[in-house]
Amino acid sequence: MITKTPSKLEKVLAAGHLGVTSECGPPRGSDPEEIIKKANLIKNHVDAVNITDNQTSVTRMCSLAACIRLKMEGVDAVLQMVTRDRNRIALQSDILGAASFDIYNILCLSGDHQSFGDCKAGQNVHDLDSMQLIQTIKQMRDEGKFLGGDDIKRPPQMFIGAAANPFADPFEIRVPRLAKKIAAGVEFIQTQCIYNLDKFEKWMELVRDRGLHEQVYILAGVTPFKSAGMARYMKNRVPGMDVPDEVVKRIAGVPKEKQAEEGINICIESIQRLKEVEGVKGFHVMAIEWEEKVPEIVERAGLYPRPVVE
Amino acid sequence: MIVADKKPIEEIVQEIEDVKSLLIAGCNECVTVCEAGGKKEVGILASALRMYYLNKGKDVKVDEVTLERQCDHEYLEEIRDMVERYDAIVSIACGVGIQFVAEQYPKMRVYPGVDTCFMGATEKRGLWVERCQGCGQCVLAKTGTVCPITRCAKRIMNGPCGGSTKGMCEISQEIECAWQLIIDRLAALGRLDEYEKLFPIKDWSTDRAGGPRKVVREDLQQ
Repeated sequence: MITKTPSKLEKVLAAGHLGVTSECGPPRGSDPEEIIKKANLIKNHVDAVNITDNQTSVTRMCSLAACIRLKMEGVDAVLQMVTRDRNRIALQSDILGAASFDIYNILCLSGDHQSFGDCKAGQNVHDLDSMQLIQTIKQMRDEGKFLGGDDIKRPPQMFIGAAANPFADPFEIRVPRLAKKIAAGVEFIQTQCIYNLDKFEKWMELVRDRGLHEQVYILAGVTPFKSAGMARYMKNRVPGMDVPDEVVKRIAGVPKEKQAEEGINICIESIQRLKEVEGVKGFHVMAIEWEEKVPEIVERAGLYPRPVVE
Repeated sequence: MIVADKKPIEEIVQEIEDVKSLLIAGCNECVTVCEAGGKKEVGILASALRMYYLNKGKDVKVDEVTLERQCDHEYLEEIRDMVERYDAIVSIACGVGIQFVAEQYPKMRVYPGVDTCFMGATEKRGLWVERCQGCGQCVLAKTGTVCPITRCAKRIMNGPCGGSTKGMCEISQEIECAWQLIIDRLAALGRLDEYEKLFPIKDWSTDRAGGPRKVVREDLQQ
């Protein structure tokens, strides 16, 4: 078992256990109670919790501050960092700030376009892209050097993650794109929410053909539907999401008051099937504004109790 | 070419309410091609302004001139005698031309009559599209001759992002995904293996980030 950082998530994965992560969106205000409450709901059922970074470009409490709040609650955080809002000075500076609080996981993203959010008239930065951010953190950690070449005193120790969307187009470059992220230095991947399991399995087959599943920990992303309305919204309105008709039909086929339960069932069945896919090393359970359901999903999917690693 | 679009007349008149004489100055170059600031548009704007002043009962002289180029001291010099007769100039050249007029005539009030949009090309009449952002360090050799800085809404150098759907960008069904275009073109050229080369962190100092830019060719400056 070789690990590069003190990250609990990395240790769990390196020990050969299925890893479990979840995610919380910070509040649209300065009250920390909400994030603390969410974290405490799920802390015993996951290895780390992602904190989103102004997701869908809607302004919220910053990811870094929310990660520090989690840390204070004894929860390992995954600092999500988008390249949309910060140039290379701010990115490196925030990485050091996070490292000063011993935040050991980071997820590198480009971020949704600002036109989706509450600041449509704003500029975007994109000084680096997500792959270049991966390279930046790797250089800071492994070489102890800033992008400018100067030495870093006490370099960050971060387990480096990124997202992968097996369902976005063009499909034929989805695996080469993963290979590119691995070449950049990524160590774990959290995928887009998986509803089209056939397509995901096809993607994993192509991943295995190139041996990429042995070079990166792939955590399969799952999100339970709360209702048929949510399934339809995800299918039709969320970019890069692939929700097959039969999934929508299944949840729409049960009475409204039973749809949430059916959504959880679908999610657990997906996890069970994905556990059998060679190369899937864990799960990223994104219960959007439904964090209280994470323990049930994790337990019923047979992923509880979480392993203890030193 | 530089593509511009006409400003609404209401916006133009707001700035020049006090003038008694006005020169509308067009340009024979890019803005003529994109039908925003050539001789024809000078005539249209001048007529619209005369009508506006007539309706308001104001006596304002509106004259017209179209220069060969406004981004050139030599051509701007040709209207020196004429310029003095007006209270203000409304230039409908691009932002470069408008500023050059003001630099040539420091005591003259000069106003923009167009919004300068981008460097682009004519897809068809009435449709102009952006193709270059003048980053100062051309990357087209490595991107299948499609510019991701211009055509990707996130200027991603190692794309596409997860929002690319059926060849279109996440921000609009009417915007093609630059990275889909890059991949299609690399595939057509039989060079898709190039896709896996990581594009290094870009030096933006030759872009806007480095401050106002100059191209200096000493061999041409005698």
